[in-house]
Amino acid sequence: MTQRASQLGSEHSPHAAVSVHDLTVAYHRKPVLWDVDLDIPSGKLVAIVGPNGAGKSTLIKAVMELVPKASGLISIYGKQFRKQRHRVAYVPQRESVDWDFPIDAIGVVSMGRYRKIGWCRPVRSQDKRLAMDALKRVGMEEYADRQISQLSGGQQQRVFLARALAQDADIYFMDEPFASVDAATERAIVHVLRDLRSSGKTVIVVHHDLQTVSDYFDHVIMLNMRVVAHGTVEEVFTNENLRKTYGGRLTLLDEAAGLLARQSSKV
Amino acid sequence: MIWTPIDTWICVIASLCAAACVLPGCILVLRRMSLMGDAISHTVLPGIAIAFLVTGSREPTAMLIGAVIIGLLTAFLVQAIETLGKIETGAAIGIVFTVLFAAGLVLMRQAVDHVDIDPDCVLYGAVEFAYFDQITIGSWAVPRAAVVNGVALIANAIIILIFYKEFKITSFDSALAMTQGIRPSTMHYLLMTMTAATAVAAFETVGSILVIAMLIVPASAAYLLTDKYGAMFLIAIAIAIVGSIGGHISAVTIPPVFGFSGTSTAGAMAVVVGFLFFLTWIFSPKHGVWSAAMRRKRVQQDIIREDILGLLWRLEERSRENSDISFENALCIPKRSVKRAIRHLQKLGNICLEYPLWRLTEQGRKEAALIVRSHRLWETYLDKHFPQDVYQLHQSAERLEHVTSTQMQSRLGDAEKDPHGSKVPPSPDN
Repeated sequence: MTQRASQLGSEHSPHAAVSVHDLTVAYHRKPVLWDVDLDIPSGKLVAIVGPNGAGKSTLIKAVMELVPKASGLISIYGKQFRKQRHRVAYVPQRESVDWDFPIDAIGVVSMGRYRKIGWCRPVRSQDKRLAMDALKRVGMEEYADRQISQLSGGQQQRVFLARALAQDADIYFMDEPFASVDAATERAIVHVLRDLRSSGKTVIVVHHDLQTVSDYFDHVIMLNMRVVAHGTVEEVFTNENLRKTYGGRLTLLDEAAGLLARQSSKV
Repeated sequence: MIWTPIDTWICVIASLCAAACVLPGCILVLRRMSLMGDAISHTVLPGIAIAFLVTGSREPTAMLIGAVIIGLLTAFLVQAIETLGKIETGAAIGIVFTVLFAAGLVLMRQAVDHVDIDPDCVLYGAVEFAYFDQITIGSWAVPRAAVVNGVALIANAIIILIFYKEFKITSFDSALAMTQGIRPSTMHYLLMTMTAATAVAAFETVGSILVIAMLIVPASAAYLLTDKYGAMFLIAIAIAIVGSIGGHISAVTIPPVFGFSGTSTAGAMAVVVGFLFFLTWIFSPKHGVWSAAMRRKRVQQDIIREDILGLLWRLEERSRENSDISFENALCIPKRSVKRAIRHLQKLGNICLEYPLWRLTEQGRKEAALIVRSHRLWETYLDKHFPQDVYQLHQSAERLEHVTSTQMQSRLGDAEKDPHGSKVPPSPDN
């Protein structure tokens, strides 16, 4: 393990925010990600695009150890994720939580401070203040005391974004933050993303709207179970690569994966 | 009836027990895993029975340990069956809890031969007799059940205060909690331990079958009453206490009215908290069924008033007298609603009666013009962006005019005439 880790260090750039090496993830023995190998550069806005079921969310979840990996090595600024938790913020998909939960917007944003506050300690007034600042940055300070189910979808998304800002991290993972939001929210998110980039942060966004990739992002990872292409938007966001990414699965690989699944379920 | 110190103690014990149950109960409800609470509260039975058989006594520590171990086993087995066996949660819980509960019943029959316990009391609780089983603390003689449930309540309160935000974040967003290093499974098993330990403390009071009522029902009622996390716990405790005291009072007073002797206090407690939940479900200001109906009705009345204003304005516009008009036919609404709306409009000073005609006052005319303006601007807007036939246009505008704020109106743009050629009333700003 340590040997592989040092190999990883030599192969991959030490300046990478996130290094993923030979990552394979499987759900119910069926691979979702296969041999993913990439370096995500620091200080950039990075989009992950690909068709449904391409493993976009799974990739960021695997990096944050939310899903178990079948194999592979992942590092955040050269170290394991669990040693770098404080440098990572996460915006999950909006549908992943219960919006009827009895909590107001500021309460949700304060959750971004929980790690810095530490176990078993109450939320301090300075954390409340930082949470309020984060709400201001997304233009939601008026809604601080609003119960979260009374917010519109776009406002809920901005609350989630504010929570990530309150985490005050170096790397931000966002899972479809632009999904079904209003124009005002989209503008607010883009504004925050650019803000984060200018203060040297890395933002990795699962994105579904191909029209806006060139406008919003510097780098793009084109994913369909494997990495089809990754690099700067100018270089790799080409029709050729889009066709490869969205033009159906790599059938041979799919077939082999199915065989593998069947084989191992027999054993 | 005569109120004796025994009654007071029954109420105290029942309240302590219910309040202790409510604390883990609130988190169970928020995590949408109430059924898991049901399972745990039942499967402590084999744990207790094994403790009886092993120690041959009713040693509380042994019972607690036995129950917590089996409780955690339940939680673990449910998760294992669910994830490895591709079986849905409900079924997995059903399998584990019925099997373990049945095993508990079998073991309990065995234990009866060795330990001085009453299986009925274990199943149904016996808070009525709890007073007579006393222990002395210092120079005080206190019912044992009061001490046991009191300790459970204090322990639960301390745990929830210590892990306040950890329970909150793992319940609301377990993925975020996990990335921050607050493991949801740790909190899950802590909650399961709390539930099992509370069920042990409570089983002698309310019985292992009714523990679930105390775990879930007050918490669910509180969930309907508040949108604040901390307040939910306090409200649930209040409901639990009211339910316990109300339960005892109704158990001793209601049956004699019908010529029966007193009934099970635990049963009556569960019925009373159930009744309190029912009241909340209907009347909760924010989430109640009745309140929702009232809100709908209020909106309907607003609409009727606006329609009447609009109608009067249009009649004025065509300089027609309204003596022969019937509002209920013109607007297709029942006569009673029209009467009420007219009365309300009169009180607001929007219309006045110049017998036999209803006339708009100056203020009413202004408001009516706004409504008609919204209507006609919507027709113009819809006609421009979503061409459709004139009748549909009118129908859509009829609904939209009632939700149009002045700000929205300004965004609709301006127009001289609507698609039917009627003049759009000018904006009040110019």
